[in-house]
Amino acid sequence: MPTPRYLDKSGRSLPPEAEARRVARAVYEIKIKKDIRYEDHPAFAKKPDGTPLYNALTDKEIEDIEGIEDLPERATRGLIAEDYVLQIKRMADPLVASPVLPILEKYILGLKELELKMREDLTAIRKERKEKAGPSYNQSLDEQLNPIVFDYAKYSLPGALVVDRYTYRIILKRKYPQFIYWLAMPFFSPMPREVLEFYNQSKLMAKNITLDRYPVGTGPFVMKSFNPNMEIILEANKNYHEDRYPESGEPGDEAAGFLADSGKRLPFIRRAVYKLEKEAIPRWNKFLQGYYDNSGISSESFDQAVTFGAAGRPEITSFIRDKGIKLQTSVMPTTYYAGFNMLDDVVGGYSVSKQKLRQAITIAINYEEYLEIFNNGRGMPAFSPLPPGIFGHIEGKEGINPFVYTWDSKKQVPHRRSLEYAKKLMIEAGYPAGRDSKGRPLEITFDNAWTGPGQADLIKWYIKKFKLLGIQLVNRTTDYNRFQEKMRGGNFQFFSWGWNADYPDPENFLFLLLGSNSKVRHKGENVANYMNPEFDRLFDIMENMDNSPKRLAIIKKMLRIAQKDSPWVWGYHPLSFGLYHKWVKNIKPNAMANNTLKYIRLDASTREQARKEWNKPRFLPVALFIIILGGIILFSITSMKRRKG
Amino acid sequence: MPVILATDLIVFLVTGGAIFMAYRSTRGNGAVLREIKQNRLAAVSLVFLCLYLGTALMDSLRWRDVAVDENGAALITEDGGAVYESEALSLLDRALSGLRTGTEKSYSAPFASRLFVKESMELPDGRVTRGYPPLRYPGTHILGTDKVGSDVLYTAIKGIRTGIVIGTGTTLIIIPFAIFFGVIAGFFGGFIDDIIQYVYTTLSSIPGVLLIVAFMLLFGGKGFQGGLVSESDVFLSVFVPNDRLFWLCLILGITSWTDLCRLIRGEAMKLRELEYVNAARAFGVPGSGIIWRHIVPNLMHIVLITVVLQFSGLVLAEAVLSYIGIGVGPEMGSWGNMINTARLELSREPVVWWNLFASFLFMFGLVLPANIFGDAVRDALDPKLRYR
Amino acid sequence: MLSYIIRRLMYAVPIIIGVNVLTALLFFRVNTPDDMARKILGEKFVTPAAVENWKKDHGYDLPAFINTDEHGAGIVTQTIFFQKSAPLLWFDFGRSDRNNIDIGREIRGRMWASLAIGLPTFIFAIIINLFLAMILAYLRGTLLDTWGLFICVIMMSISILFYIIGGQFFLGKALRLLPISGYDTGLHSIKFLILPVIVALIGSTGAGVRFYRTVFLEETGRDYIRTARAKGLGESRVLFKHALKNAMIPVLTNVVVSIPFLFYGSLIMESFFSIPGLGSFTIDAIQAQDFAIVRSMVYLGSILYIIGLILTDISYTLVDPRVVFD
Repeated sequence: MPTPRYLDKSGRSLPPEAEARRVARAVYEIKIKKDIRYEDHPAFAKKPDGTPLYNALTDKEIEDIEGIEDLPERATRGLIAEDYVLQIKRMADPLVASPVLPILEKYILGLKELELKMREDLTAIRKERKEKAGPSYNQSLDEQLNPIVFDYAKYSLPGALVVDRYTYRIILKRKYPQFIYWLAMPFFSPMPREVLEFYNQSKLMAKNITLDRYPVGTGPFVMKSFNPNMEIILEANKNYHEDRYPESGEPGDEAAGFLADSGKRLPFIRRAVYKLEKEAIPRWNKFLQGYYDNSGISSESFDQAVTFGAAGRPEITSFIRDKGIKLQTSVMPTTYYAGFNMLDDVVGGYSVSKQKLRQAITIAINYEEYLEIFNNGRGMPAFSPLPPGIFGHIEGKEGINPFVYTWDSKKQVPHRRSLEYAKKLMIEAGYPAGRDSKGRPLEITFDNAWTGPGQADLIKWYIKKFKLLGIQLVNRTTDYNRFQEKMRGGNFQFFSWGWNADYPDPENFLFLLLGSNSKVRHKGENVANYMNPEFDRLFDIMENMDNSPKRLAIIKKMLRIAQKDSPWVWGYHPLSFGLYHKWVKNIKPNAMANNTLKYIRLDASTREQARKEWNKPRFLPVALFIIILGGIILFSITSMKRRKG
Repeated sequence: MPVILATDLIVFLVTGGAIFMAYRSTRGNGAVLREIKQNRLAAVSLVFLCLYLGTALMDSLRWRDVAVDENGAALITEDGGAVYESEALSLLDRALSGLRTGTEKSYSAPFASRLFVKESMELPDGRVTRGYPPLRYPGTHILGTDKVGSDVLYTAIKGIRTGIVIGTGTTLIIIPFAIFFGVIAGFFGGFIDDIIQYVYTTLSSIPGVLLIVAFMLLFGGKGFQGGLVSESDVFLSVFVPNDRLFWLCLILGITSWTDLCRLIRGEAMKLRELEYVNAARAFGVPGSGIIWRHIVPNLMHIVLITVVLQFSGLVLAEAVLSYIGIGVGPEMGSWGNMINTARLELSREPVVWWNLFASFLFMFGLVLPANIFGDAVRDALDPKLRYR
Repeated sequence: MLSYIIRRLMYAVPIIIGVNVLTALLFFRVNTPDDMARKILGEKFVTPAAVENWKKDHGYDLPAFINTDEHGAGIVTQTIFFQKSAPLLWFDFGRSDRNNIDIGREIRGRMWASLAIGLPTFIFAIIINLFLAMILAYLRGTLLDTWGLFICVIMMSISILFYIIGGQFFLGKALRLLPISGYDTGLHSIKFLILPVIVALIGSTGAGVRFYRTVFLEETGRDYIRTARAKGLGESRVLFKHALKNAMIPVLTNVVVSIPFLFYGSLIMESFFSIPGLGSFTIDAIQAQDFAIVRSMVYLGSILYIIGLILTDISYTLVDPRVVFD
């Protein structure tokens, strides 16, 4: 794990616990392993004279090439620190349009300046090309044929430096402990110069051979075939470095058989095939038939697969167990919420009566029932934005939202406050039985993008729940574009949205309520446009702290403030259920790790046998049907003949 | 306070038209009436169609109730005006209020007394088990209940209005345009004819589904989606002109407009050459007069045949469009929406079949009679095409 | 003949331009460049600057139809319409908005899957429908004809969605005879194609048989058939030899016009059976709001339709020498 060195303005070292405002530079020095090699790839292939073989393909050479597999010569090379630095520079490339650039340029030294410089150069190149070509110039067509390519070597980025062949350094402008999470994401994967040069050929692009379809890396698998309309095939990388199955695990892993393969060389599987399956029915049935090794559980098939045991724990049904199918559950670092527009005159505002109105609605929207109906109980009602597994989420009595729940100490479970209590809050808020002071029924608009099948049911459910308080919920479903437009313009009262964590840190959830992140005012991600100065002040302190009891105490305070203001009805955190056939080993879900494929082992002969056994066709009914049909036809023909004849 | 949607006008118009036709054919020697008297199947179909139309009419007469407080007293604004609920219930909703409000928690099979899905239930001793909880209204759901516990029979009946509106409204909306353009193209010929032919060839060469998608994305997202009436959509306090279903009719109309226009153009060209038209022209009757008095009345049988023959195809098309997600709004009861949700239910085990069954039954109950009746009308009005 | 074809092609040019302008108007109105940018840039952290940059990089920062900042030809050429929609006229489909794939190449690749399902359906549908229609026409007026016709009406009255769902449920799930959905390349694809083809055939039989039966009956009512009958030819000979030959014109009209749909694919069938053809390409593009693809598909559909019309006219001359073009 890379640990940063913190420096103050004058370049002196600071201790790791230094306050954020004193830190002027955070330096991450990263050493990479020496024996890592890239997968075999045409981009590395060379002519005898050492120049790249495929970097200047002619029209004739490219004629018969349909996929990357048609370029037979392959080679590899060792991983070096320069590849990482190149990738960080590449993030600033305006033509790459990296989605994380707006975030990272706040932290990485000089990244913003590099982006502006490149953007400036890009505009200049475009202007020049346009002037040269005259009025008939077609930018998109021209750039397809002659792509603009930046030579990253000509640009310097002070925040990313090569120290030596196997060491590089990243310099941040501020203290940002969450940065190590970013380092684990694909945005920081190494990018060899040869590969960029190879893929920059417009002739290859015209054949849909591009970097995003055929990525190049050092990992356990390589892209064998990419056909997203049908299937994607990964194959084991024979250049993959020596990687062995872990010797130790979390408590209970040994008993669960997760350590049986300890010390064996990874990866186990030779080939992984991902099939596109658009419809739920075929997907589930093909899993049961053994054609897919694993499956999620849709709401429709849930009862068939899962029951709840005596202790309320999910178990698989006997029907599924007889097939030897195993169940894995995990909480996802996700929160689905509905919220209010805090800038709205009716539902927004921070007065006590408005707080009570929102609290009453939060109580009425009974997510326990929601999860029962729509998710088969897969998920837990949220008390705050923080899902389980994220620092700051507290189990038990301490963790509940006291404005919506009471603690049932006998059963040790949270208990949603009654509807009567919510109605009382409505009276205190000035809306007895949902009528305002003039006796008009309170009308709240509900914006969502639920146009899909079955989602009308969700809308109906929300309308039902609001009606319990006498409030008329006016539905305004639109397509997603219009929905986002309304959110950006602040033209809404009540909405529904979700958030999936980028990295497992409370900062990544709590900033959804940060005032300076307001969607309407600052084009941020705080859709409710919630702004509480005290919350914002605490956020600034909490943001750059390491996980510690002190941080927990601050987060607790922040949650209490937000729960009282109730800008969201807190929604729920989904629980993910996965099913696996008996021939699949070593599956342990982890929502934050994407590299679990290499641990999976398959027992192919069991699978083959099961498929045969489970899929014996039933010909008898068809034979019967044909016989009956034939009989009818024969009968009618003979009877016709008799009449005619 | 009554609420009139744009599509309600279609239903009223169709009902009016049907009554007018019935009246005329009993008075005169209507060919259609004669055909129906002979063809018993068509007569039965007509009865079915009338039942459906009646239901659609009942579902199109809607008004908003005065809002009341807990004590049942009407709410009044400061300036003495009444306050109305935002939900406009139709006559049908009120007649079937038992079905409408008798909702369960989730799926239940037809005539069942318990829920179809297991739920966590708390036993008296505090333990939690999974079991099938009893229904609130056991045995009353003839076709079961859906995922959120609404009565499927009620949902299917609510689909009738949508089916009728799509089937008839689409053609009704475009008839004036098709007649106008078809007749002037056929009657005047020359440059006008070329322009009109160009327009409809261009329109018909664009794949219909994609044209519909574009239009629906453009107009379908706004206005009344079904369900609650929002004050901002109401015009003159009773009229809701911006209705998603209306847009759908209009758009389907535009894509199916060309066939009718082409037919009318051809017929108008034939009529133009007839002797009595020439005679009228010789007497100096202006072109508009000839069109109005001699051409248009002689085209009406083509229009009528097109209306009845297109009807069933349009009802079926609605289901397909809802599948792609560009049909009527999710809050509007429609068989397309029902099928769309039900197709996922077949993968359940045990299978939830009643949603699919109900939509099939009600759709089939409309489309089959419509096909049979349509054939009868064609046979009666256009004996050339008779092939029975 | 050749001059006729050339004239027809010339006549198609204004229609094609009309289609192009209309689709550009519609789709850029439906999905403004801002919408596209936001959709493609993703859910999170999309700044207004990022949207502007995306538009610049993809050539969507220009005005829609008329660029008043330019001079001379630039007024017309430096516009979204000219740069994005006009190249379609010479079949340059460009790249998709979302993942920058070459659309023309994708269409050429997917065409085969659409054909693999469309062609067998098309051929079998003609054979089966003609055959059944002839039987009904042969037996006209009998009880079997009445019932057959009634069954046709019943089959017409059932939505294609029920046929698909029913086929998958019974043949795929309950009887395990065929894979429920999916696709493979080459000969492996056959087992995946059977079910969609059967379903499509059943779905088209009702209307098809009814139509062809009408055609036959119209033919059999004509004078030359009466003459043939009077000559003492058997009814089956009259029907199969004379009537079939002369019924070819209406049959051809019906058949040729549906040829474009072979390439274009059936949106619903491909989506339900996970067949990676042009139909599912279009549906995916609609759902992902990738309008570069939708525009291309609209355009392609129109072209095929127009070609179909021309082919129909030409085929008349081949079937019926009396039809001459001048």
